[in-house]
Amino acid sequence: MKALKRGYLGLILLFLYLPIAVLIIQSFNAGVSRAKWEGFSFRWYQELFKSPDIMQALYVTVTIALLAAAASTIIGTAAAVGINAMSRRPQSTMMMLTNIPMTMPDIVTGISLMLLFIFSRVERGYFTMLLAHITFDTPYVALSVLPKLRQMNKYSYEAALDLGATPGYAMLRVILPAIRPGVITGALLAFTLSLDDFTISYFTTSPLVQNLSTLIYSEARKGIKPTVNALSALMFVALLVLLVTVNHRTSRTTN
Amino acid sequence: MNNLAIPVWGYWLMGLCLAGFVWMLVYSLKKYRGMHRSLYAWPYGLWMVVFTVIPLLLIGYYAFTDKLGNFTLENFANFWDSNRSMKRELMVQGFDPAALGMDARGTVNVSTLVYSLWMALICTLVSLVLGYPTALIMADRSFKMGATIVVLFVIPMWMNFLLRTVAWMSLLEDSGLINSLLKLLGFSKVQLMYNSQAVLLGMIYNFLPFMVFPIYNALNKQDQRWSEAAMDLGANKWTTFWKVTFPISMPGIISGITMVFMPSVTTFFIPRVLGGGNTEMFGDLIERTFLTADDWNVGSALSLIMMVLILFSLGLLRRVDPEGEGGSMI
Amino acid sequence: MKKLLAFAIAALLTLGLLPAVKAEGVVNVFNWEDYINPDALTLFEEETGIKVNYMRFTTNEDMLVQVRTNPAAFDVIFPSDYAIERFIQEELLLPLDHALLPNTSNIVDWLKSPSYDPDNTYSVPYMWGTLGILYDSTRVQGPVDSWKVLFEDTYKGEVFMLDSFRDSMGLALKYLGYSMNTRNPAELQAATQLLIKQKQDGIVKAYQVDETKDKMVAGEGILGVVWSGDAQYAINLNENLAYVVPKESSNVWVDGMVIPKAAKNPENAHKLIDFLSRPDVAQMNTEYIEYSSPNQGAIDLMGESYLNNPNLNPSQETIDTCEFFHDVQDYITIYNTLWAQVKNAK
Repeated sequence: MKALKRGYLGLILLFLYLPIAVLIIQSFNAGVSRAKWEGFSFRWYQELFKSPDIMQALYVTVTIALLAAAASTIIGTAAAVGINAMSRRPQSTMMMLTNIPMTMPDIVTGISLMLLFIFSRVERGYFTMLLAHITFDTPYVALSVLPKLRQMNKYSYEAALDLGATPGYAMLRVILPAIRPGVITGALLAFTLSLDDFTISYFTTSPLVQNLSTLIYSEARKGIKPTVNALSALMFVALLVLLVTVNHRTSRTTN
Repeated sequence: MNNLAIPVWGYWLMGLCLAGFVWMLVYSLKKYRGMHRSLYAWPYGLWMVVFTVIPLLLIGYYAFTDKLGNFTLENFANFWDSNRSMKRELMVQGFDPAALGMDARGTVNVSTLVYSLWMALICTLVSLVLGYPTALIMADRSFKMGATIVVLFVIPMWMNFLLRTVAWMSLLEDSGLINSLLKLLGFSKVQLMYNSQAVLLGMIYNFLPFMVFPIYNALNKQDQRWSEAAMDLGANKWTTFWKVTFPISMPGIISGITMVFMPSVTTFFIPRVLGGGNTEMFGDLIERTFLTADDWNVGSALSLIMMVLILFSLGLLRRVDPEGEGGSMI
Repeated sequence: MKKLLAFAIAALLTLGLLPAVKAEGVVNVFNWEDYINPDALTLFEEETGIKVNYMRFTTNEDMLVQVRTNPAAFDVIFPSDYAIERFIQEELLLPLDHALLPNTSNIVDWLKSPSYDPDNTYSVPYMWGTLGILYDSTRVQGPVDSWKVLFEDTYKGEVFMLDSFRDSMGLALKYLGYSMNTRNPAELQAATQLLIKQKQDGIVKAYQVDETKDKMVAGEGILGVVWSGDAQYAINLNENLAYVVPKESSNVWVDGMVIPKAAKNPENAHKLIDFLSRPDVAQMNTEYIEYSSPNQGAIDLMGESYLNNPNLNPSQETIDTCEFFHDVQDYITIYNTLWAQVKNAK
């Protein structure tokens, strides 16, 4: 029975990793064509770093993810605090405002924002893409923080105020530490969502400013250049290292 | 050329929204006599109104108007009969559609929607069937490697999903890995790409982790003692599973279905890349209507219809899980 | 701690604003995929000090929508003939100042005043070519000289069609003996039915644009509808491939360079257009992307190798029998709807 379980899991993992393995192996193919193996080479790794398109797309992707995560964490955390302290009516309105974007499919979010930018004559580009990212990240942050607020002792804040703290001080020293796990989760979630986003970025940017996903999309229609394979191989290794270290650290602290 | 000028009443509507907003803000300030925690939420509220509500209103506007800005239900009629605007145009040009044999009802939009729903359904079901046992095994406490497996599952999710989808091309193409292997073994090549099966494969590949994780979370949160108690009371493994474990994991299943079904219906990247333009799904259709056919009115109508459908299915799911407990994957 | 956080956020925000700051002396170019020699751009940047921002599109229709919704985003665009017609109709183009474009005197005679833009008021021809069939000579059965082969069962599942409705409808119309610019719905309907049958019979492997040439090089598919330059690219990489313009005649197209009215850098745009019309630069481009050049100076420089290539330098007879696409904007709903029927056919 155990063997069966292991086998099943193994199959699923094989399924998940097969394309990634193919990508990595192909990144070392000296030839251009996907069909023919022409020997082992680091050629595509060198070309990767020389390629301005990919480097720029990488820059755009990472900076937008960081900025959007930062902004949405601030707005979202503040929102959660505010919503939690509201009376029922405004609270349900706010919750509705939060749930709408989450039930909207990406494509509708992207297109509706595109219409907004065109209508308000704002030229699409880096800035509009950033605005769009913040828009879809923030509800996730708010929803990550709210449960923690609910778990928190309702009266700690008032107690702090009674003891003479200013609202700002109480916010920083009482509320924030209690909700910290939620904020961190929210920030990470926002970062991940922005890093990988395709559909919304596709509609809210201009052809000049590409993020990694939109770049790959336009490349995919021609046939992926092996430089992209090299990029994925590097990303994979970086991820592996990152996750293993994080996992290692957290298991250390829990022990 | 689409009319970008919003009519006067549109501006009034937006002004009203913002005014209502400001009024609520002032009301709160008065009520709480100065700074109150609830005020922290107003920047967020404003942001959402500007970047979510107003864009949706724009979509609504375009869905109910024609190119000149006049109110019309034509766009929805066009959904039902995709040849409708063509027939009108023919008549404007002085031709008779019936005489040309061109007056049949165009089913492009409806059939694409049905096709997308069908594909999404299959994808969700297969993901469930494959994903549930996976989550079960992962959550099994006696399984030592549990934590590592979770990490192994998470890694591909973090890699760019376009890259991973495109990687399938290398495997499925006529000159790809699988066919090359078949050729080596003496079999003739199989058409693995440019069809529904390839698209389905791509969809399942992308969405499987989103089914596994909510279920895994729900199973993990479970108190082991419930199933232990059941076993102590004489139930065998199977009964324990069905009567104890499975029902408790239901919110996770609901969550998983939500997270897989909706993106499946609206995906447009996967059918393009793996389907080769042979298998258009609803997301493709909307994108093409907006960006290639340049018809924002019909495109908006299609988007509204899709949103209504999704809200409807989410509503159905809520009935099964009223507490909304399954909503978090966090 | 608070101050550090605030500082970090401020720093991140400024970092984010950096790409928005535009450098002095830029020119924003919107061109087809794989349609310019990168060395030519580098040379331009070196000679003039103007930075080139290069963006790409895959079909005229996509490009039209982008330009309409972002009118000021581009300085030089490379639309096809009928798209130029459309732009002129919609009054989106800046009339060119030919005083700033001395090199355009090199344009070949037959393109000095094309029907889509008399006297080249708004555009300068960049490249031209034909639409035809790329085929694998080792796997075809019988001669390939007619559009007929695309509709026969012989090549079931091995045909790549173009995911571009003007081109696909166009070739179907040509096969049936009609004009590619027809406004006769009966003819359009016939062409549509032909394309639908082709799809339902399983003859088409996929509808693509740029992917076809690489796939045919890799040996996938036996027949592909491509433009002449893509064919040349493929033939260079795979000698089994050959290209033909079917006898029922086909489409001859010209891609030109235009400047939108709302362009932010019109002087730089003129400089780029003039630069690309210089014989040596035109030669660089033509030899790299391997399409047909409208630049007499370049042709003279390339000499025999160009003149003897039937793909890139078809006979005048072939050119004369081919048709230009013209704008059919008033019929666009009809064309779009019929194409949607084809794409949706199962």
